[in-house]
Amino acid sequence: MSRSYLVQRLGSFAATIVIAATLNFLIPRLAPQDPIAALLNRMDSKRGLVDGAEQLVAQYRETLGLNDPLPVQYLKYLENLFLHGDFGYSIAYFPNHAGDLILRAIPWTVGLLAVATLIAFVGGNLLGAIAAWPRTSNVMRRLIYASMPLSVVPYYFLALILLQVFAINLKVLPLGGVFTVGTSRGFDVQSILDLVSHLVLPVLSIALALTGFWALSMRGSMATVLGQPHLTYARAKGLRDRRVFVRYGMRNAMLPQWTALALEVGSIITGGLIAEIVFSYPGVGMVLFTALRTADYFVIQGVVMFVILGVATATLAIDLLYPLLDPRIRLQ
Amino acid sequence: MMTGDMPKAAAPAGSGWRDRFANTPTLLPGIAMLALVLGISIAGVVVNLSDRIAVMAGPVNAPPSLNFPLGTQREGRDVLALLLLGTPNTLRIGLIAGGLGVSVGTLLGLTAGYLGGRADWVIRSLVDAGLTIPPLAVLILIAATFRVVTVEAMGLVVALTAWMYPARVIRSQAMTLRERTFVQVAKLSGAGVGHIVGREILPNLIPFLAAGFVGAVSSAMLMSVGLEILGLGSQRDITLGSILYTAILNAAVFRGLWWWWLSPIVMMVVIFLALFLLSVALDAYANPQRRGS
Repeated sequence: MSRSYLVQRLGSFAATIVIAATLNFLIPRLAPQDPIAALLNRMDSKRGLVDGAEQLVAQYRETLGLNDPLPVQYLKYLENLFLHGDFGYSIAYFPNHAGDLILRAIPWTVGLLAVATLIAFVGGNLLGAIAAWPRTSNVMRRLIYASMPLSVVPYYFLALILLQVFAINLKVLPLGGVFTVGTSRGFDVQSILDLVSHLVLPVLSIALALTGFWALSMRGSMATVLGQPHLTYARAKGLRDRRVFVRYGMRNAMLPQWTALALEVGSIITGGLIAEIVFSYPGVGMVLFTALRTADYFVIQGVVMFVILGVATATLAIDLLYPLLDPRIRLQ
Repeated sequence: MMTGDMPKAAAPAGSGWRDRFANTPTLLPGIAMLALVLGISIAGVVVNLSDRIAVMAGPVNAPPSLNFPLGTQREGRDVLALLLLGTPNTLRIGLIAGGLGVSVGTLLGLTAGYLGGRADWVIRSLVDAGLTIPPLAVLILIAATFRVVTVEAMGLVVALTAWMYPARVIRSQAMTLRERTFVQVAKLSGAGVGHIVGREILPNLIPFLAAGFVGAVSSAMLMSVGLEILGLGSQRDITLGSILYTAILNAAVFRGLWWWWLSPIVMMVVIFLALFLLSVALDAYANPQRRGS
């Protein structure tokens, strides 16, 4: 990987973050009724209920510089965000910080999406590669068509249907949340089993939808690779099928899949957030849902920032790891 | 993409429409499903359903029956009537946002691709930067700031992010077309920019525009339903997403009221699948080299 590529890639990462922050700053100020001013008024109205609310609001007006000209407000906003990591207060959970609410939810969201994506990426690529292999049975190949409807609809559709079947009709899995109400939460076998049983449906609804997506594109990619001369040569050399399949076929066919993963991260994260709502899963999506219903503006801004930051970081990581997977890029 | 199981040798160059259908097996099922959805939408627009969606039009939370084939919801509204009214509205959002997105994207893409130079640099940077940000994240912020009241406003909001991808596709096509002989000939014979772009380049882009339009409509509807489920939808009009939102908000799933949320989902699966099949077919038509892969 050349240094100029690295610099350029880090530069575009930084640009994305600054654009995100700028949108977060600009959009509320374009509105005929500034939602932040409205929010501060609502905070002000809590002065009797929460100790020190008055000082907090006054101090907040000062830090946001609401009486300053726009460019000064903008710089102050960036300073608050990047130097102090401060997104502002939550109005619904005043005097909690919006950032703290989101931070508490992030491990849940990242865990759910990471597990689901991993299962789908491994499973989908394997399925797609097998479907493209000439000696695969027709039944197996047709299976991929069955997964097609799943890959074109949002995750929460499947989430609703899985809930109905497994939690309502069959009653084998819990309805939502992550713990059974009234049980102790510890590191004992029972609590962990309880947690896992709550995670099965959220993970499954995202993983199943994504598996079809990866399988479809892997099948195309694998078919192209299998048609290339070096595969014919590998077979002519008498290499065993498994070796040709994995080392010659899949290894090459996987390359565009990594690029596709980088492009897909955005829709995985945003789709996952909505799926969380269906399951009342305590992740960032649920924080957003609550914040939207209570017009908790700083929390909404914080979630948007989290999504953009998360997508940018994941994409950066894949782009930087990519040269390790494709030696041709390293040489350039 | 969907054709065959292994790459086949390219079919012998045929010119008849039969050969074209042979290469795009997903076209007819896609059109058939779309016709079904359009029929339902027209029924929803034509038939007067105001009695059926009135509060307490029927019993509350009733499962499907003869009188209410898809059951009723919490306020006793007829779910079938809601579905008939919501389908055309959701399609309208997709058409407004997709149409605007493709028009604006084509304009910018042609400008960037054909003129090149500084215009290209500005447009390309804008699109490249914009595409790194997940559209739904920005739309959430916008919809939470400016409350959306009507279906048309929803279409406009979603259109804000719908132009970037078409702009990128059209730009790259315009760049290759610019170098083609027939464009050079037109230029040498003294044709103006308007003539070259409008009469020489644009007609060659029609397959890409069609594929881009279908893709843009589909993703615009996906975005709008996503926003509606979060409670950011139109506050006045019924859409498929708003039926789902009220169902989720009232814990319809947990209470086992499956008829309330299942029908909008089935309808959307049909719509998304139809558009997907159509876009696969159009894609195969626009990029012949991709056929069968």
